[in-house]
Amino acid sequence: MAVAIKSQSAAHARTEMEKDLFILQQLVTKDFKIRYRRSVLGVAWSVLNPLLMMIVMAIVFSTIFAQGRNGSITPEMYPLYLIVGNITFTLMSESTSSALTSIIDASSLLKKVKVHRFVFPVQKALFSLVNFAFSLVAVALVMLWFRVVPTWHLIWLPVVLILLVTFCMGLGLLLSALTVFFRDIRHLWSVVITAWTYFTPIFWTTDFIAQMPRILQLVMYANPMYNYLQFMRDIFLFQTNPTAFTLGMCAFWAVLAIVAGYLVFHKTEHKFILYI
Amino acid sequence: MAGTATSTPEYAIEVNDVTMIFNMASEQLNNLKEYFIKIMRHELFFSEFRALKHISFKVRRGEVVGLVGTNGSGKSTMLKIIAGVLEASEGECIVRGNIAPLIELGAGFDMELTARENIYLNGALLGYTKQFIDDHFDEIVEFAELRDFVDMPLKNYSSGMVARIAFAIATVTEPDILIVDETLSVGDVFFQQKCEDRIQHFIKNGDVTVLFVSHSIEQVERICQRAIWIEKGDLRMDGPVAEVCEAYRGQFG
Repeated sequence: MAVAIKSQSAAHARTEMEKDLFILQQLVTKDFKIRYRRSVLGVAWSVLNPLLMMIVMAIVFSTIFAQGRNGSITPEMYPLYLIVGNITFTLMSESTSSALTSIIDASSLLKKVKVHRFVFPVQKALFSLVNFAFSLVAVALVMLWFRVVPTWHLIWLPVVLILLVTFCMGLGLLLSALTVFFRDIRHLWSVVITAWTYFTPIFWTTDFIAQMPRILQLVMYANPMYNYLQFMRDIFLFQTNPTAFTLGMCAFWAVLAIVAGYLVFHKTEHKFILYI
Repeated sequence: MAGTATSTPEYAIEVNDVTMIFNMASEQLNNLKEYFIKIMRHELFFSEFRALKHISFKVRRGEVVGLVGTNGSGKSTMLKIIAGVLEASEGECIVRGNIAPLIELGAGFDMELTARENIYLNGALLGYTKQFIDDHFDEIVEFAELRDFVDMPLKNYSSGMVARIAFAIATVTEPDILIVDETLSVGDVFFQQKCEDRIQHFIKNGDVTVLFVSHSIEQVERICQRAIWIEKGDLRMDGPVAEVCEAYRGQFG
């Protein structure tokens, strides 16, 4: 057991919290700078990327796989349906995939300096949130193009983002801790993300769920990403309040993920250094 | 981790009966298959390696202590426990004050970032405030003598230049405890002298506790007052630097 007693001096952060926040801010800035260093369009890619993805998907699923889009979503609404779903799912897939290796990547640091280990996976979720914020510019452009006027339902946006980022942080903590001990998870997770992409109504419309066998329907409604996407589309696209079920499921998954992530991380973090 | 300030504050570092056990079997596991095979064979909890065995010592505030021992004797493990990155299997280690770890300079630097960006990132990791780094930025760059290269990515730096920046950041403020592990061996002879001068300056001020690890026994004798000799995980000797270094040399003779 190590016991450390901090002395007070102006040079150092007064509280652990202050130190961790400064580290988080520096790490997010670092990731951001590295992502866009030496690219001509730089940060504009954060806006362009989701737009281009939307265009590609809109073309594919309006021509080759046109049966994926049916029922309640009109052709004019479909691009907005796509982009809102895609950026929400990307927030989760990007943050968890990068959090997965965050502890291993920080190994040289963790072996030498005493830092709270949770900042590394948590930082990845925050970085993905920053990227998500840029993607919202793309959403605004699409809404402008299709003359969709935003409504006051957007005040729900902070709520869904807090829940989603909490969910991502929880998953990130869990995955980063497990990956330290079992490197297999890195390979496994990319398969999970692919499967999850297909089992979530990102490009196919939710009408299909009603035609599924009962057991698959239950899986769909329990799917956390289905619920987060539903929440986002409710406020951006359908311009209604989220249903109590959607809100409840989003909150349930956020709490479950963060509790599980915290417990596993907390229980195993003192052993990380032996494996990295 | 909160400690009690009531227990003898004149000691900066207290190592009480510390034992470090590494599990050799689980160290080599990196995937699920190996893990389950080991569980099936009931091999998972055997073959222990004791890197440190019941080590106890105390370091007074302002004392300059050298750690000596041959390679693999447990010196680095001891330093890691004191630095707080490794948790002792048994016993406890109490540290009072801010630690500036110089164990392998430049841990946490990102080679893609510029020196300026790295100074802020590394400063944050060492627990400095943004205000403090803003105020002392010029001082750090002056000491490192790298004014012209401050906006260049670190990947274009030589290892000596990286070490300069790292040393300048870690010692810009007078730490309570300074851990020096082979750091003075990087950089040219002029910068080595500059670093040693700064460490000597800290020592003369009398408030800084220094833990010094070096394979150069002459350097230990020159800088330290007291030496601790760890050999194969056992505390072999603890006393005035001349006596311990004499005995340490004696084992080869």
